Amino acid sequence: MSTDQITTKQITTKHISVKRYLPDSSAEPYWQAYDLPVDDSTSLLDALNHIKEELDSTLSYRWSCRMAICGSCGVMVNGIPKLGCKTFLRDYEGEIRIEPLSHFPVQRDLVVDMEIFLEHLAAVKPYLIDDNPVKPYDPQAPETYQQSPEQLARYKQFANCINCGLCYSACPQFGLNPEFLGPAALTLAHRYNLDSRDHGKKQRMAELNRHDGVWSCTFVGFCSKVCPKHVDPAAAVNQGKVEAAKHTLIALFKG
Amino acid sequence: MQQRDFDIVIVGGGGAGLRAAIGAAEHAKEHNTPQRIALLSKVYPMRSHTVAAEGGAAAVTSAEDTHQAHFDDTVSGGDWLVEQGVVDYFVHHAYQELVQMERWGCPWSRKDDGQVQVRRFGGMKTARTWFAADKTGFHMLHTLFQTSLKYPEIERFDEFFVLDLAVHEGAVIGVIALQIATGELTLLRAKAVILATGGAGRLFRFNTNAGIVTGDGMAMAYRHGVALRDMEFVQYHPTGLPGSGILITEACRGEGGILLNKDGYRYLQDYGLGPETPLGKPENKYMELGPRDKLSQAFWQEQQAGRTGKFGDSDVVYLDLRHLGEKYILERLPFICELAKAYINVDPVKEPIPIRPAVHYTMGGIETDPQCETSITGLYAAGECASVGLHGANRLGSNSLTELLVFGRLAGEQASKRAAQTEWADMHLLEAQGDRQQAKLLRLCDGSGSEESWVALKHAMVQAMESGCGIYRTEEGMRHSLETMRQLRARFNKVRVNDTSKIFNTELLECLELECGLDIAEASCLGALERRESRGAHQRLDEGMQKRDDVNYLKHSQVFYQGDGHAELHWQDVDVQFSAPAERAYGDAGKGSKA
Repeated sequence: MSTDQITTKQITTKHISVKRYLPDSSAEPYWQAYDLPVDDSTSLLDALNHIKEELDSTLSYRWSCRMAICGSCGVMVNGIPKLGCKTFLRDYEGEIRIEPLSHFPVQRDLVVDMEIFLEHLAAVKPYLIDDNPVKPYDPQAPETYQQSPEQLARYKQFANCINCGLCYSACPQFGLNPEFLGPAALTLAHRYNLDSRDHGKKQRMAELNRHDGVWSCTFVGFCSKVCPKHVDPAAAVNQGKVEAAKHTLIALFKG
Repeated sequence: MQQRDFDIVIVGGGGAGLRAAIGAAEHAKEHNTPQRIALLSKVYPMRSHTVAAEGGAAAVTSAEDTHQAHFDDTVSGGDWLVEQGVVDYFVHHAYQELVQMERWGCPWSRKDDGQVQVRRFGGMKTARTWFAADKTGFHMLHTLFQTSLKYPEIERFDEFFVLDLAVHEGAVIGVIALQIATGELTLLRAKAVILATGGAGRLFRFNTNAGIVTGDGMAMAYRHGVALRDMEFVQYHPTGLPGSGILITEACRGEGGILLNKDGYRYLQDYGLGPETPLGKPENKYMELGPRDKLSQAFWQEQQAGRTGKFGDSDVVYLDLRHLGEKYILERLPFICELAKAYINVDPVKEPIPIRPAVHYTMGGIETDPQCETSITGLYAAGECASVGLHGANRLGSNSLTELLVFGRLAGEQASKRAAQTEWADMHLLEAQGDRQQAKLLRLCDGSGSEESWVALKHAMVQAMESGCGIYRTEEGMRHSLETMRQLRARFNKVRVNDTSKIFNTELLECLELECGLDIAEASCLGALERRESRGAHQRLDEGMQKRDDVNYLKHSQVFYQGDGHAELHWQDVDVQFSAPAERAYGDAGKGSKA
């Protein structure tokens, strides 16, 4: 794909440095430089695919959709977490330094271990909870819930997270404490808490209200800046803090 | 080698695989037969290509709509090469599946009264496509993935690449998988296996598909003797972005977008889709709401006539949304705006989007019966990798997202039933097959240096598929492509992986995917060459073959693997129990017809 794309307009040469890590041949990571032909449309992912196919087949990285929806190809570009497929080399002058996403253990080259991220997502019960529905789902007489466009709008933005993990690389708190549930998981919890069809807020609150839940967030806000889908996790986390505080107060009064 | 036992193993974590996993878990629960389910994916499930589906999912929804109408649209849309009993089952189970998704939290777009909203789609008689803005696949996939987390009986194996099925005496007994992070093999013993591995769009150079859509599951079943059916039918989506092929949803046209050639003329009226419908008043089955095969063919004709424009090196036509207004465009088609701006620097609110057809969907696949079972006992297939017989010669937009729910669930339930009455096979049988896979990997990664480059072979494959099996095809072109695939398959034996690391060796995965691709590309070329007629997405320019020929070719092609030898083709009758083949017509020409 990549090589076929680099055929239009003026082709120039760019220099990119990639942080390599090959645990079965060298204990330490090292930098490797590549010179690439690029044009106006070349994305970082195109560049990586070009390296893989034409220059160095041992470079490992994740990618799939190349249209910023599958969330696979997050890397650090000059220290900022970005999606490779939505980062264009035309926007960079001088050397471009590519590293694996910060704050995750590196498996190899640009591939990081996402397991902790997956665990945090699962911890917040990210599914619709309605234990006593007015009308249970019946495949013989299927009926939807009602939800107005306004009710949908309350949570829709927070449902747009693609699980790319960029916000975790941007989050200093997650860097210090990987047990912190982190922006995406807290946002997902908030998405279901705001859904008019859901009755699971109480069940999620225990997880959100503990130290590694919303309260670990110090509102740096970088998570929202790097989010490639404008989900605004910082807003979700801080709305979550209000909810968690309310939950605590109510619990106090109820004794 | 690690060894694990499961009742059911599911290969593929996209929409069909996840729906199958949940379907199996629910079925086991209902029957008080607790079952362990393994869900393997070569990526994390939410990376699966379902995520990129944009437009929507079809089901008869409004009071005026009928199952008969959805049936007729699908049958004529598929140019009668569909299994009509299967379509009948599909249209009757579509609505309940979309409601089930709603009950699981899918954020479907809504009407003011709180009901689910539907939109128009191509080839559909009425508006029946449910949608979640223009990220329907994304929302469905995440809803399914998140819902699957409720089921502790589903154990995920993320980033496990399945190398082979283990088959003994005509029955599947498990799978052999490579853990990508470690390079270690795992044997998973199972009583039933479901393939939900997606399509094979990456056989072609210019496509809308994700890098992972390489047909691995198809190749696995095929190598064990299951027929690949109707593989010559490959859908070109009429609207991909030039350069990348990134998908611009059909929903653009469903919402009222129009297609223009370089002279600003709505050329579809010249191709049996007219008369021209008024701007902002799209009409089902007219003009831009014709089916995908016809629209892509019309592009080709305009290109031949020199009436396409240029964007970079690409010949393009233009998708104009401007008359819909900024507010409506941003509400209904926000992702399209994001994509057009990011990838070609065009704002659809202000300018028409240059687009061109791109390979999008594999209509054919692993042959299954109407209950999703293949010719191997206990082996099921669902979703794009399967040919259950729903799409025939051309799939209608928004039928496939529903398909993966309807048939994913069915496959899951059937596998659960099968597992309840089946015993595990002897583990030694799996070990022997595991050893063979291990030996193969060792050979590929023996560090001896490659006489053939996988990159060169891959480029040769995708070029040959594009030039020989494109929108219009000729005897000579297809013959050349078939020959090329046979040569490439032979040359693949000399490919070696340069990277000898066991950890996250993506070069090895590329080679394994390429090997799968070459096998099924041969099947696709053979089906195309032998089908000496024009039907749906298979259009020939050859004299005497430019029309549909029901006398000789109202038949499914079945291609059978023959090891290193040439694949073999057979023909299979089509189920036409409800609707006799008739002329397929759109626009005013289709007014009187039943569909």
